[in-house]
Amino acid sequence: MSASAALTRRTRSRRGWDPAALVGAVLVSIVVVAALVSFVWTPYDPTLVGAGPRLAGPDTSHLLGTDRLGRDVFSQLLVGARTTVFVGVVAVGIAAAVGVPLGMVAGMGPRWLGQSVLRFNDVLLAFPALLLAVMFGAVYGASTLTAMIAIGIATVPSFARLTWSGTRQVLTTDYAMAARLAGRGPLSIALRHVLPNVSGLLLVQASVGFAIAVLAEAGLSYLGFGTAPPTPSWGRMLQEAAEVASVAPLLSVWPAAAIAVAVLGFNLLGDGLRDRFDPRLERRS
Amino acid sequence: MLLRLLWRTVILGLSVLLASIAVFAFMSVLPGDPAVVALGVNASPQALADLRTEFGTDRSAVAQYVDWSAGLVHGDFGVSYVTRAAIGPQLADRLQVTLWLVVVSMLLAVAVAVPAGIVAAVRHRRLDGAVVTGVSQLGVAVPSFVAGILLVDVFAVRLGWFPSGGWVPPAQDPAAFVGHLVLPVLSLGLVQAAVLTRYVRSAVLDVLREDYVRTARAKGLSPTRALLRHGLRNAAIPVITVLGLQIATLLISAVVVERVFVIPGLGSLLLDGVANRDLLLVQGVVMVLVLAVLLVNYVVDVLHVVVDPRLRRAT
Repeated sequence: MSASAALTRRTRSRRGWDPAALVGAVLVSIVVVAALVSFVWTPYDPTLVGAGPRLAGPDTSHLLGTDRLGRDVFSQLLVGARTTVFVGVVAVGIAAAVGVPLGMVAGMGPRWLGQSVLRFNDVLLAFPALLLAVMFGAVYGASTLTAMIAIGIATVPSFARLTWSGTRQVLTTDYAMAARLAGRGPLSIALRHVLPNVSGLLLVQASVGFAIAVLAEAGLSYLGFGTAPPTPSWGRMLQEAAEVASVAPLLSVWPAAAIAVAVLGFNLLGDGLRDRFDPRLERRS
Repeated sequence: MLLRLLWRTVILGLSVLLASIAVFAFMSVLPGDPAVVALGVNASPQALADLRTEFGTDRSAVAQYVDWSAGLVHGDFGVSYVTRAAIGPQLADRLQVTLWLVVVSMLLAVAVAVPAGIVAAVRHRRLDGAVVTGVSQLGVAVPSFVAGILLVDVFAVRLGWFPSGGWVPPAQDPAAFVGHLVLPVLSLGLVQAAVLTRYVRSAVLDVLREDYVRTARAKGLSPTRALLRHGLRNAAIPVITVLGLQIATLLISAVVVERVFVIPGLGSLLLDGVANRDLLLVQGVVMVLVLAVLLVNYVVDVLHVVVDPRLRRAT
């Protein structure tokens, strides 16, 4: 049974997309579309106090009801998606922009350099996103910017390590050796051979990193270390909802669901991409 | 093996040193004079100078770092600029509370995830296996604090089965202690269980495909016995790594979950410190958390060597 299972799994990953990955892609699209739509249309101004009665339940005029200040929840959710996507993009961008070159230099440079980068990575790993963001918030004052930078820095190690191991693998191949013998410099090898070969794995990491960023941003804005009011964010919607949980229990369900949809989407998408791009999955078993 | 452990210990020492420098440097780039913060802008220059001497902030950054880090070695984290109370004892108190949360949550996560992951792997082409996989996938997507808020909604506010927050020390009233622990531990533990289930599943799946499991089956062992006798020890190796990472995650998730349940742990201390601009306190909490993460990683590495005899021969 196990052998045949392995075989089906392998052929399936070659043939096409895993259904779970498709679900992931759909969920991610929902979040991205919600974010884009919020630029041109929301049912109400999400920051408008008294857009409806306070703590109204879902009905036709307010799709998901209103919060304790009478603001439209659905509109806040849409604009919150924008915040989430924005934070994710910038955080993952920072992580990739720092981590990928770092990993490449570590992988292509002398051994001591590689080892020092890895050790540095390990130390940085001991500073999770949330902790860094709280420190940044303590020093510079909490804002979307400090949250994004902190989440980005905290995600650097995973990008650096992945790029490092990918680079090492590519360098052992015949074509990389051939390129070196042909007199190509390290930069040229890095750009022409290493980067294209690790880009798939980096895409996986980006997707997973996005999920982590969404989680971290939600936690931070719940604590008041993320996006400042009045800009809507899912984490702060949760915090505000928790205060009125006894009278309006539904209020915390919407942002919770939104966070779950986003994280689930990016995780599933990342899994699907990994099935496609991770060479280890094919070699093993 | 001994050499490997020694090397890892040296690395741990260097990492702790580097991390302490980073934390100190980061917190002291802060604009503003703690003495002014404590006394207000209208304080007399003499009083300010006295307080700076008392705090030790009139010395060079290097001298301050040496002093602070030397204190760390024997658990002295300095005296708060704001409350003038010693920070070390507070940290110890709060750490106990957080450790209760982390350890019990971790036990819950393992107790749920190991059987669930094995079921999901062994029966991965059947409905029950797929359901376990699906539920765990969903659980991963819910942050602990969100789970906490939803659990409070249902079990505290509506059903009233458990208190919605607060903390009772175990020595004071064991029953109340357990009651207060249930919801925070569920919100931390179940989410981690979901994460762990996925790793247990893939580790067991990998092991099931190995030749030695097939050989064991061919010898006539039942699938369960083959897995128990030959598979689990091998499957444990990647799982231990994840467990280590998860303890680190739990420590950090606890910061937010403590806020949800109003629990006086390290996380609350950290956030209070930030709110009161009590920077030496923040510095202390951050250092404890970072130290804990580094230590856990170290222990995981050592455990690897214990669980996997192949690593003992290497180096």
